[in-house]
Order: sequence, then structure tokens, then C-alpha cells
Amino acid sequence: MIHIKMPLTEETILRLKAGDMVELSGTVYSARDATHKKFFDALENHEAMPFDIEGQVIYYMGPTPSPPGKIIGAAGPTTSSRMDSYTPRLLELGLKGMIGKGKRSMEVRESIVKNKAVYFVAIGGAGALAAKRIRKSQLIAYPELGPEALYKLEMDRFPLIVANDSSGNDIFELARKELNR
Amino acid sequence: MRTVRLEKIIETVEKLAIESCYIAKKEMTEKIDNALKIETSDLGKHVLEKLLENAQIAEKEWIPYCQDTGVAIIFVELGEEVIFDSPGFIDALNEGVRRGYKKGYLRKSIVNDPLRRENTGDNTPAIVHIKLVKGDRLRIKFCARGSGSENMSKVKMLKPAEGWEGIKSFVLETVKEAGPNPCPPIIIGLGIGGNLEKVPLLAKNALYRGIGSEHRETFYTEKEKELLEEINNLGIGPQGMGGRVTALEVHIEEAPCHIGSLPVAVVIECHAHRYREVEL
Repeated sequence: MIHIKMPLTEETILRLKAGDMVELSGTVYSARDATHKKFFDALENHEAMPFDIEGQVIYYMGPTPSPPGKIIGAAGPTTSSRMDSYTPRLLELGLKGMIGKGKRSMEVRESIVKNKAVYFVAIGGAGALAAKRIRKSQLIAYPELGPEALYKLEMDRFPLIVANDSSGNDIFELARKELNR
Repeated sequence: MRTVRLEKIIETVEKLAIESCYIAKKEMTEKIDNALKIETSDLGKHVLEKLLENAQIAEKEWIPYCQDTGVAIIFVELGEEVIFDSPGFIDALNEGVRRGYKKGYLRKSIVNDPLRRENTGDNTPAIVHIKLVKGDRLRIKFCARGSGSENMSKVKMLKPAEGWEGIKSFVLETVKEAGPNPCPPIIIGLGIGGNLEKVPLLAKNALYRGIGSEHRETFYTEKEKELLEEINNLGIGPQGMGGRVTALEVHIEEAPCHIGSLPVAVVIECHAHRYREVEL
């Protein structure tokens, strides 16, 4: 198990390999379909994004509502491929990592290599487990989007697996090769 | 005739919604526990262990099992001899969903229009299917379906000549293409026959037939086993991390169809399998 801390340094990113089990601590931002659309509307209108994306990690996640006294509700990943059309541009703007579930498009994978970034998968459907590893949750923008609002999250040893690394490896392809061997 | 109070319907749906999203079905956790014994890949085993841990945390600390608490689907078997104390049966089902999702702090994931996409704020409307049955019984089946697995499900109109082999390759192709997206280990509901609008309903009915259950006919039980084995030979594994365990069960439901058609629907269900039923 590899422990990593935000912000991700280039050295850390280069060291991570597809298939590595990782625990991540520090700040990440939650954003899914409608949130990405808002980012792009802002970019289109030459407005500032609601947070400085440089060096950051985005978690594709929309939680259940937090009951009184709790930090966050269930908070597992959503399917990343729905964000594929947005991701390369965000990587060009300095985004360094994404957390979600499932495969990415070839275009995203190439952009990950080009921009020295990393794509992690969290355990899909394990929303309760994920909630236990989030220490803080703060609304940053777009409250009108409900579960799709932009949140700043403080992760504490959040369990992840490296799916696409900065050298172009893909865990889903590696898994298939392993089987055919 | 038997009179059922609508308030009872509301309370029942509310309870089923909350229970299904917080408490993993014992049959499912047992299946995952068994899968852990046969899984060979390290990452696959790691994922299965985390799923069991997740189920424990969800129930003990009262956090929904998965954040996608889905669209509410309600299957009703309504006896012809049942009457309600007032009009508004469908409204009562929706009120139950509204209350359950509010009181249970479940995610509201329904938009009012597929293109204009404004959240309705209470997870209604539910998708309701009513089947008239003989007698005075009333059965309510509540299912919460996330979009991850629903989006990977498919319908296809095959040619009768394609037969079982055609069906099999369509299922395998669908599961392969879905890969990690629908959160494997998965359950497959396979509908065969009927027509274009009936076949996905056959598949969904099959899905909620009950974990561990078998088709009533050996002819189909053998096909369920054959498909399960071939799906697991794809090597997708838990969360697509590779391994022996991609699907836990395959359930088939069939119906008569036209001489010129062979409709097939593959419904993929994630490991969360949020489902409860009750007879009132």
C-alpha cells in the first residue's frame, strides 16, 4: 500500500504505476456531469473557474445528503467515461488527477501521459466505506445542482487503485493480458 | 373484497426505500463472501474484501451502501379483489418514495425532463409497473437502480435463426463492453421473447427473482449455468480488476413471441442490488 498526500508532486505522479493500491490524504474537489458543464460554460464565457484547478485532483462523485451531525453521506465514485469529453481540456489547464470508476477514452489516456497526470479508481458502489475516509466537506459552488454541487473534500487515507499512470499503462488492459498469459 | 388504506401503502414504500439502500441483502453478502474464496486475482480479492467492509459500515454506522440511491422502480402485483380506501394509488406510491428519500437522507437523482434536466428534488416520479393478479393479495416490490448499471443494459431484436448462440454472444458482448462500469460483481437479468416493450420487463423481473433461485425449468437452468460460466471466463473480475468473479448469477425469464422475432434484453445489476418486497 502506497500512502500519498495532496498536492501531488511530479515525483509522486511519475512513481505511481497502474495497479498500485494507494491511500490518498488531503484536499480534492468533487465534480460530476453537470458540474463539468458549468466549468465549461465558465471557460466559454472567459470567466474564472470557481477554484484554481492547477495541481488539483477531481473526484467524480455526487454524495447522498449528510444527516445532521455527519460530515457527508455515502460518497463512492461515479462512472468516469461520462466526463471523458471534458477531461483533456482540464488536464491542459493543470488538473493533475481524477478519481472515478471504469475505463477512460483513448483521448483522455493520451492526455494523461502528455500532461503527466494520473487516473485513480475508487471502489464502485462502496459509498459507506468512502464516507468514513472523508474528514471535511465544504460547499464551494453551484448549490443549485444539489448532489452535483462543487465540494472541497478533505480525504484521510482514501483507498484507491491507480488505473491509468503517466507512462500510458492501463489497469484494465493489464488485467486482460494477465488472464491471457 | 379487501380494503387497503393508502396510508399503509405510503408507509410501506417509505420503509422499503430506506431499508433497501442501507442494509445489504444477506444473500448478497454471502455470495460475495463465497466469491472471495474462488477469486484468484489480488486486486479482485482486495475489491471483494472492501465490498464486505462497506456493507458492514453501511448497516452499523447507518450510511447508504452506495451514494447512487437510484431511480425508484416499484412493481405491484395487485389482486382483483383489492380496493383502496380512497383514490390516488399511484400518488401514494410516489408519496412513499418522497418520504423515504427525505427521511432516509437518500440522494435525489431524478430530473424533470431529459433535456432540460432540472432536479425534481424528491426523487419522484417513481417508475411503476402494475400487474393484475387473481385474489385479494397485494405485493409491492421496491427496487433502487443506479445509472451505472442501468446505462450498460441493452435490448436487441435478434433473428429467430440466431437462436441461443445469438443470445449468448449478445450477452457476452454486452458484459464485455460494460467492463468495470456497472460495478462488478454483477447479476444478469436476461429477458427472452415477448416483444420490444415487454422484453426488458422480463429481464427486470428475472433480476428480482431472488438471489440463489433457479429457473423453474431445467432447460433454462442449464442455460443460466452455461452463461454464468462463460461470463466469468471473460476475466473482467471485481471492478474490472481482472479475475474469476465477474457475475454472481444469471436469471432468465422468457415469454411467447412472434414467429418472426427473437427479442432479447440484458439487464446488468451492480453488487449493491437494492431490493425489498413485501405482501400487504
